[in-house]
Amino acid sequence: MINLDWSALTAIGILLGVFTLAPGLIWLERRLLALWQDRYGPNRVGPFGIFQVIADMIKIFFKEDWIPPFADKFVFFIAPGIIMLTVLMSFAVIPIAPGIGVMDINVGVLFFLAMSSLGAYSVVLGGWSSNNKYSLLGGLRAASQMISYEVFMGLSLLGVVAMAGSFNLREIVNAQAGMWNIVPQFFGFVVFTVAGLAEMHRLPFDIPEAESELVAGFHSEYSGMKFGMFFVGEYIGIVLISAVITTFFLGGWHGPFLPPLVWFFIKLFAFICFFILLRASLPRPRFDQLMSWGWKLMLPLAILNLVVTGAVLLAVRQGH
Amino acid sequence: MAIIFYISSAVAVLSTVMVITRMNAVHALLYLIVSLLSVAVIFFTLGAPFIGALEVIIYAGAIMVLFVFVMMMLNMGKKAAELESSWVNPRMYVGPAILAAILGIELVYMLASGSNRAAGFEMVGPKAVGIGLYSSYLVGLELAGMLLLAGLVGAFHLGRRDED
Repeated sequence: MINLDWSALTAIGILLGVFTLAPGLIWLERRLLALWQDRYGPNRVGPFGIFQVIADMIKIFFKEDWIPPFADKFVFFIAPGIIMLTVLMSFAVIPIAPGIGVMDINVGVLFFLAMSSLGAYSVVLGGWSSNNKYSLLGGLRAASQMISYEVFMGLSLLGVVAMAGSFNLREIVNAQAGMWNIVPQFFGFVVFTVAGLAEMHRLPFDIPEAESELVAGFHSEYSGMKFGMFFVGEYIGIVLISAVITTFFLGGWHGPFLPPLVWFFIKLFAFICFFILLRASLPRPRFDQLMSWGWKLMLPLAILNLVVTGAVLLAVRQGH
Repeated sequence: MAIIFYISSAVAVLSTVMVITRMNAVHALLYLIVSLLSVAVIFFTLGAPFIGALEVIIYAGAIMVLFVFVMMMLNMGKKAAELESSWVNPRMYVGPAILAAILGIELVYMLASGSNRAAGFEMVGPKAVGIGLYSSYLVGLELAGMLLLAGLVGAFHLGRRDED
C-alpha cells in the first residue's frame, strides 16, 4: 500500500512538474531569444516579466472557444488533446532519479517511440479537420516529416539499446555509469537530436507551421484553449526530448558530487537552452531539403552507426 | 488480466464494425486506429509487450499515418460519401456474412465444448523475440525481408522521374 501511495505521489509530482515547467519555458524562451537577438523581451509584468505567462494564460482561458462551421467538429475537437496525451504519457517511462519515475517497463524505449509516433495524429488530424487549404498543407507536411524522422529516431536509439542490452530505460541509464553514451554513440546522438527536433516540429523544423507561407499551418483555425493545447504541447515536447536525450545519451542522473535529481535537471536545462539557441540562430530549411537530408544523410548515418556498434560489441564480447 | 482482455477485445470488434460502416473515410481510419490500439492492448495482456509496442509503432503509428496522409491528399468530401453509399448494396454483405458466421459458429462451439484454453500468461521479452526470430524463424524472416526489399524496389521504380 505504501508502495502504491509513493508511486502515485511521484506520478502526480512529475505531472505537476511538467505542467509548471512548460509555461515557465515559454517565458524562458522569450527572454533568451531576446537576449540572443539583442532586445528586451517581456519585462513588464512582475520581476523580469515572469508573470507575463500567467497574464497570457488568463487571456487565453477567456478567449472565445470557436469551432469554424466548415470544420469536422469531432476530429477538430480531439486533435489538440492527442498531442497533450501522448507527450504526457511519454514522461511515464522517463527515469528521473533512482526510485523516481512513473513506470519501469521492459519495453520503455518502444513505449516512448510508440507515443511519439501517435503524436503525429494530432497535427495531421488538426490540419485535416480544419478544412482549410493552408491547414491541410501543414497537416500533409507534418505527416511526411514525422513519418520520415520517426524511422531515424528509432534506428539511432538502437545503438544505445545494443550497448545496454535492454529496452528498459533504467537499465540504459545504469549502463552509462562508467561512460556516457554520447562518446561511443556520438552519431546516434546527433541523429536523435535532429530527429527529435523534427518529430516535435520545433523550430527550425516547424515546416508544418511555417508562418511565412502557410498562415499558421495546421493550427490556423484553432483559437482559445485548443490553440493553447497545441502550444503547450509543443513546449512539453521540448522538455520531453531534452529529458529523453539526457536519459539515452548523457547518463541520466549520473554525475559526480551533486545528488542525482540535481544532475538530471542540470542536463535537462542545458538541453532546453540548447534548443532555444537553435531556434534563435538557425533558419528554417525548405521542405524538400528537410526530406532529402533525412533520407539521404540521416538514414545511412543511423544504419552505419548501428552496424558499427553491433560489430564492435560482438568483437568485444567474443574477446572476453 | 482476463477482464482487460475482454474489454479490449470488445473495443476491437466494435471499432472494426465502425470502420466498415463509416461513410467518411477519415472517420473510418480513426476507428481502424482504435482497433489496432486495442489489439496492442490484447498483446500486452497476453504477455507479449514487445509485439504490443511494435503494433502501436508500426501499424497505428506509421502505416495508418500514411493511410491518413493519402486520404488527406484525395480530400474526399460529402460527394464521395454519397457516391460510396450508392455503390454499396446490401447484397454485397451476404458472402462475408456467411464466412464470418462460420467463424462465429466455430467460436461458440469451442466455448461451449470447453476445449478452449487461455493463452499462457508467460512474459515474452524483447530478447526472446529476437532470439526466436534469428534462430527458429530465420527462413521466414529472410523471406519477409526479401518481400519488403522487392516492395521497396518496386516503389522506387514507380516513383522514379523520367529524366528524358
